[in-house]
Amino acid sequence: MKLTRRHLLLLLPAAGAAWKYVLAGTPEAAPDYNRTEHWWGMLIDLPRCIGCGNCVRACQTENDVPDGYFRTWVERYHVSDYDIENPDVDSPDGAKSGFPPAKDPSGKNFFVPKLCNHCADSPCTQVCPVGATFISPDGVVLVDKTYCLGCRYCVQACPYGCRFINPKTDTAEKCTLCYHRITKGLTTACCENCPTGARQLADLKNPKDPIHEFLKTHAVQVLKPYMATHAKVFYNGLDGSVR
Amino acid sequence: MSAFKDAGHLFRLLGVFAAGLLLFLIVRGFLVPRSFGEYGHYRGNALAEIAARPVNYAGHATCEGCHTDVFDKKKDGKHAHVNCEACHGALAKHADDPASVTPQKLDAAVLCVRCHEANAAKPKSFPQVVSADHASGVVCDTCHQPHSPAIAAGGAK
Repeated sequence: MKLTRRHLLLLLPAAGAAWKYVLAGTPEAAPDYNRTEHWWGMLIDLPRCIGCGNCVRACQTENDVPDGYFRTWVERYHVSDYDIENPDVDSPDGAKSGFPPAKDPSGKNFFVPKLCNHCADSPCTQVCPVGATFISPDGVVLVDKTYCLGCRYCVQACPYGCRFINPKTDTAEKCTLCYHRITKGLTTACCENCPTGARQLADLKNPKDPIHEFLKTHAVQVLKPYMATHAKVFYNGLDGSVR
Repeated sequence: MSAFKDAGHLFRLLGVFAAGLLLFLIVRGFLVPRSFGEYGHYRGNALAEIAARPVNYAGHATCEGCHTDVFDKKKDGKHAHVNCEACHGALAKHADDPASVTPQKLDAAVLCVRCHEANAAKPKSFPQVVSADHASGVVCDTCHQPHSPAIAAGGAK
């Protein structure tokens, strides 16, 4: 068979796809990781959070999150003495460069880191029309970006505002709980970089995980429990004004 | 028998339906990925693909493997539980190839105040300073050694 220019042109997309995999390098295998032995969540110890924004920067570095979009961010709440219903919340650039001094040091001021709650009954996975987002057998809500249509249903469905459409790929994106790290025995990038231990990765199926002792001995809440999402990001010392 | 005299039409319709079903099944067989439905209503291979991404932060256990001297210095200080990469940045590449990838020198004037600049929203027990008043422009690591920041009697060690 004679190889014509047309044949070569037809081969280009396939070669391009193959080259992408060559550039990405060989994936690191995690042979001793058993998905059925874990059920991941996170503990956020609010009294320890200093709003430094290390978690936000680490997440961006680790996961190549585009500027102006966040898989995790930190909010600063200001609650005046008599108005718990209407807190003043700010999060300049997701706290990527920390926070400026508080406008009003009176009343209550505190930080609240936010991320995907990896809900056991997540509304976002239920609305996906093509099965591109799902909860993994180890309890992590993930997006299959090769399958995602970018229809934005899930972005609207998340009660916590934890999803966005990546402008480069035009697919839904969110916190993966650093699935590529936790399956290799590492902790997430945000937990690794939290200087005060305010964020801790928790394996709810591992009886030796300190989370169990913590949950037993502290007043721990999840965000928006009335949504019945069974969120797995637990907040210690959560103020009633946090939405 | 008059009720069935045009039954041929029905059989033809049945044939069309059967052909349509066959076509649907064939097309479906091509379009639905092999691993779809392996664990649930999603592509099972996606799990391994997401897990296969390379890491950027090596993790403190990796650092500990080589830099035991720093860990000895850190372990009794206030920064014992601050992991290396929280200040030094993502260094998985350095861990893979320590000879050719060297970490950048850090600027204490920028780094320390990220955490220690006073802010009303920070927990009261956390050590905070108003940097402009605290040292009048002297860079933090002139007095404080970042791996063990308490100032020993007689100045910095």
